[in-house]
Amino acid sequence: MKKRNWRKMLLFGFLVLFMSGNVFAHGESEIDSGATAWMLTSTALVLLMIPGLAMFYGGLVRTKNVLGTMMHSFAAMGIMTVLWVAVGYSMCFGGNVFGGWFGWNPDYVFLSGIDTNILEGGVPEYVFSMFQGKFAIITPALIAGAFAERVKFKGYMFFIALWGLLVYNPLCHWVWAEDGFLFNLGANGAIDFAGGTVVHISAGVSGLVAAIYLGARRGYPKTAIEPNNLVMTMIGGGLLWVGWFGFNAGSSISSGLSTAQALTATQVAAAAGALSWMIIEGIHQGKATALGFVSGVLAGLVAVTPAAGVVQPSGALVLGVLASAICYIFIILKNRLGYDDSLDAFGVHGIGGIVGAIFLTFFIRKSWMDEAAALVDGSWSMMQQLGVQVAAVLIAIAYAGILTYILLIIVNKTIGMRSSDVSEMAGLDSAYHGERGYGMLNPN
Amino acid sequence: MKLITAIIRDTQLDAVRQALIEADITRITVSRVSGHGQQQSVEIYRGQKVIPDLIPKTRLEIAVNDQFVDITVDTIIAAARSKSEDIGDGTVGDGKIFITPLEECIRIRTNERGSSAI
Repeated sequence: MKKRNWRKMLLFGFLVLFMSGNVFAHGESEIDSGATAWMLTSTALVLLMIPGLAMFYGGLVRTKNVLGTMMHSFAAMGIMTVLWVAVGYSMCFGGNVFGGWFGWNPDYVFLSGIDTNILEGGVPEYVFSMFQGKFAIITPALIAGAFAERVKFKGYMFFIALWGLLVYNPLCHWVWAEDGFLFNLGANGAIDFAGGTVVHISAGVSGLVAAIYLGARRGYPKTAIEPNNLVMTMIGGGLLWVGWFGFNAGSSISSGLSTAQALTATQVAAAAGALSWMIIEGIHQGKATALGFVSGVLAGLVAVTPAAGVVQPSGALVLGVLASAICYIFIILKNRLGYDDSLDAFGVHGIGGIVGAIFLTFFIRKSWMDEAAALVDGSWSMMQQLGVQVAAVLIAIAYAGILTYILLIIVNKTIGMRSSDVSEMAGLDSAYHGERGYGMLNPN
Repeated sequence: MKLITAIIRDTQLDAVRQALIEADITRITVSRVSGHGQQQSVEIYRGQKVIPDLIPKTRLEIAVNDQFVDITVDTIIAAARSKSEDIGDGTVGDGKIFITPLEECIRIRTNERGSSAI
């Protein structure tokens, strides 16, 4: 492993094109205004995904829970940003501590030591830190879809704070930090361009564990639980698609060829996912629903997230189709099994992330494989990389699943996580926020 | 035949519906209305307490045959009356029930009339 490190340094300029997060902390570089401008834009685009997610989820719940559900996303913007600045950036991108469980760098606490830092790629470290911080916001917010309409607001806040610190930060460190062990697994690391394992698999699996631990909503699945506003869901899905260009293309931490490759793969996978979901649903149910279309968009986007840096458009197309087909099957399976992953956080993000992280192996562009082979002085085969990908996926599933279960028990026994029957019947908006989402619409 | 119109708190809608279904009263029309009685509801709007002039409520309309009037009314009252440990059962704003005679009831599908159509 050590022998490989100096080679990595030599190949740094080349590497930056293909890997996200491969940046050195202290550089004396000149500012690259083009790269910085794109990274500033990407940072804003990723933030846009969070109100997008709030609208997507908010439209899918019942009227009485619309604000509470949107607040799950919005509250994450407050709490996770503060935690990120305080310790999150240090835990993710500092040097290994506790045997590499997470990172730590005193200079990163409250970002106090990066005031004038410019990274090797010519981007101020503040921009990189804020860009990564947005990922730390959206990940716990994604989980909320699995236990929508039935958790206490206070319990939720404590849960995502602990989850961010103990699940997200270590995973982010393992996958994206220079010295993270998944970053160095195999020849050239586990491929997770923009967060297939760190964001989507971890959030999806945690959501599944939470949905099972907290139990189903009252009346589920006997009572029909209808979305209150699919128009809002469609707008939210659209905002997510737009924001995803920052999420994926920004993860190149540059503004150049790799950015263009990631952007193209993103668009192709989203469209392929949407189209195939429509076709599958059209054949299976006889009608192509609007919700199905945006679900397909999301499935495609989630699957291409880990892959955007290494696949070409044809690969992205296949990933989008596969993600929609497999997510569709899992959502049908969920209805059979009867657990209440209310807004399909696991069905779309967990499954889509797993599909992307594993199947991307078959579509890696040749230059990446050549580079990996050069790093190990010989050959590096697709099957070897497949082993690395599967290992990373299994580690993410196991770690997120187990830690989430422990955190849920702690929060539920101390502060309380599951809503009381009275609050659940009255609705989260009335019970925890004292407000109403709409004027006179939809009496449910 | 009677038409029972109940105005209740919208937070109690689920509780009332569940109680009615358990009592085998399953035909119901629900709408969202606003108005005011004695209650002066206080809501929080951007951190400031404000008193809205019209208070949102939920209206239930249930057409029943005479022998079901009592059970329907009792069920609604039991589920819609607020239960609070601080101020005891029943607070201003719990709502009202109106009962009016129903002249005719027609099922559109079959053109049935009268109590069998309910």
